[in-house]
Amino acid sequence: MAKITLDNLAHSYLAQPAKDDDWALKELNHDWVDGEAYALLGASGCGKSTLLNIISGLLRPSRGRILFDGRDVTDAPTAERNIAQVFQFPVVYDTMTVGENLAFPLKNRGADPAYISERVNAIAAMIGMEDQLRRKARGLTADAKQKISLGRGMVREDVNALLFDEPLTVIDPHMKWELRTQLKQLHHDFGHTMIYVTHDQTEALTFADKVVVMHDGRVVQIGTPQELFERPEHTFVGFFIGSPGMNLFDAEISGGTARLNGAEVALGASYAPVGGRSQIGVRPEFVRLEAGGEGVPARVLRVEDVGRHKIVRLDVGGTVANAILDEGQPVPAGADRLRFEPEAINVYSDDWRVAPERAQGRAA
Amino acid sequence: MNKTVNQKAWFLVLPVLVLVAFSAVIPLMTVVNYSVQDTFGNNVFFWAGLDWFEQMLESERMWNALGRQLIFSGIILAIEVPLGIFVALNMPKKGFWASFCLVLMSLPLLIPWNVVGTIWQIFGRVDIGLLGYTLDKLGISYNYTQDFVAAWATVIVMDVWHWTSLVALLAYAGLQSIPDAYYQAAKIDQASRWSVFRYIELPKMAGVLMIAILLRFMDSFMIYTEPFVVTGGGPGNATTFLSIDLVKMALGQFDLGPAAAFSIMYFLVILLISWVFYTVMTNLDKREGR
Repeated sequence: MAKITLDNLAHSYLAQPAKDDDWALKELNHDWVDGEAYALLGASGCGKSTLLNIISGLLRPSRGRILFDGRDVTDAPTAERNIAQVFQFPVVYDTMTVGENLAFPLKNRGADPAYISERVNAIAAMIGMEDQLRRKARGLTADAKQKISLGRGMVREDVNALLFDEPLTVIDPHMKWELRTQLKQLHHDFGHTMIYVTHDQTEALTFADKVVVMHDGRVVQIGTPQELFERPEHTFVGFFIGSPGMNLFDAEISGGTARLNGAEVALGASYAPVGGRSQIGVRPEFVRLEAGGEGVPARVLRVEDVGRHKIVRLDVGGTVANAILDEGQPVPAGADRLRFEPEAINVYSDDWRVAPERAQGRAA
Repeated sequence: MNKTVNQKAWFLVLPVLVLVAFSAVIPLMTVVNYSVQDTFGNNVFFWAGLDWFEQMLESERMWNALGRQLIFSGIILAIEVPLGIFVALNMPKKGFWASFCLVLMSLPLLIPWNVVGTIWQIFGRVDIGLLGYTLDKLGISYNYTQDFVAAWATVIVMDVWHWTSLVALLAYAGLQSIPDAYYQAAKIDQASRWSVFRYIELPKMAGVLMIAILLRFMDSFMIYTEPFVVTGGGPGNATTFLSIDLVKMALGQFDLGPAAAFSIMYFLVILLISWVFYTVMTNLDKREGR
C-alpha cells in the first residue's frame, strides 16, 4: 500500500502534441492518499482509462512523473509496481480452470501453495464461485468471466493499489450491487488504495470516499459526494452529477444579488464583480414553483412522475430548466414563478465556480 | 409437413452431379477398374481380382516409399509449425512494416511448384548454383545428386522455404484477434513471456493452427513436383516419395494394375490420417470446453 503522487503528469497519444486538444490528459498534480477509495468519474473519452493505465504502468506518460511513497516509478514496469487492475471486458485464461485463474497472479510471484489455496478459496467465496473452481474457464458467461477477473484482481493482499476500469459494465444489475458492496467491504477490511473508474454516478457515489470528476482530459473537481452535490467547482460537475443535473442560467452578478431575465435573485453570499460569462447554478432539488408573486418568470412544459418524486420541466426565458417536487406535492395551479434557495445557489464565471467574498458556512 | 413433390428440381442438381462425375467419380472408377484387371496391351483386359492389392501390400518398395513419406511429412511439420509460430510472434503488429512483412511472407506461396523446384535445383548446383558453389568452396561436401543427406536436406529446406509462410500467416491472423486487454492483464498478473504464450497466445491460435497443420500434412503427403524437379527421386530411391513412386510405376513401367491399386490405398491412407487427426483435434477442443 502506498501513497501515489502524480507530479505534473500529462499524456498525449500523438508524438508531437501541439494544440491543447492533442492532450488526452492535461497537466495534473494529485496525491492519492494511501488507503482511500476513489472513484474516477467522467463521460466516455475524458481520459479516465488513460490515467489508470499510467498509474499501473501500462502506459508511459508523455510528461511528468509518478511516485509511489515518494519513489519515482515513472519508468518502472507494471510488474515492479505491484498493482492490481481489472478491465472493462473480462479477461480470463481460457485453458485454465476457474481456480487456476484465481491462483495465477500469486503463482507468478512464487507464493506458498498453502497460502495460494487459502486465498483462492476466500476469493471464490467472495465472488460466489466456490462450486466451480475445477471447471474450465472457457465457455462461462460474460459476467462469470468478469467475476473471475475481479477475483484475480483481489487475490493479492499486498498490492500498492487496486484499479478498476469500469469493471461492472457487463455484470447484471443484481450482481452489480452485490459485487460493489463486496468491493467496499474489501476496502474496509484491508484498506487498499482503490481507484474505480466509471461513468455511472450512482456507482461512483456509493463506492467512493472521494470522487474525482474528469472532463475533457482534466480533473475538474475532487471531493466527497456531498461536496460534488452542493458545491460543484465546474459547471460540468453540476451537470454530470445529479439526476437531472444542475440548472444553469446566464445572470448578472452584483454583490449579493443576481439579475436573471429581469428578476432579482438573492444569493446566499456576496460576490466581487464577476468577469467572463457569469452564470448561476442551482440544483432542481432547491427550485420551488409558485403562482404569481416575486421570482423568476417561467413556464411549465411538462411534468414527469418518476416514482419517488416529480420532475417539472420548465422554460425559463428560452432555457430549459428542471425542478424536483416530492411525490405528495402537487404542482401549484398556474405556476409561473421560480424561487431558489439562496444558500444553494453557486456562481460561475466561464464555467468555474466563483468563491463568495464572505466566508460562507458549508451547509451540512 | 406437406411436401410438394416436384421432380423438376433434379435439373437444378444436375450440373453439380455432372461436374462431380467427370471430375472425381468417373476418373476414380477408371482407377478402380484398372486395379482389379490385368492387361497385355491392345485394350485386352483380364480379371485379376484383388491380386494387385495383395501384391502391393507385400511390396517392400511401397512400404519403403510410405516410410520415407511419413518421415518427410513429420520433419517438415516439426520445422514449419514452430518456425511459423515464431515468425508470426515476431512480425510487427501494425503500420507499414506489418504490410511489408505480409507481402514478403506471401511471395513464396505465389510461386508455382515447378518453378520452386527449378529455383532450388539451380540454387543447389555445385558448378553454377549460389548455395552449392558456396558450400563446396567452404569445404562442405554437398551434392544432392549423389549424397543422400544433401538430397534430403535440400528437399526439406525447399519445402520449409516454400510453405512456412502459410503457417506464419495463419498464426499471425490468430494473434491479431487477441484484444490488448489480455496482454495488459498478463502484465498486471506478472505473467512470464512463456506464460503469455502458453495461456493467451497459443489457446487463441489453436483453431487456425489446426487448419495449418492439416493443410501442411495433406500437401506434404502428396508432394510430387518439387522433389521430382530437384532430385528426380534420387539418389537411388532416397527421395522417392509416394507420388513419385506412383508415377514411376504407372507411367515409367506402365504397370497400370499395381499403380491403380497403389493409388487407391494412397488415397485411403490420406483420408484416414486426416480424419483421425481432425477427430482428435476437435475432441481435444471439446473436452477443454467442458
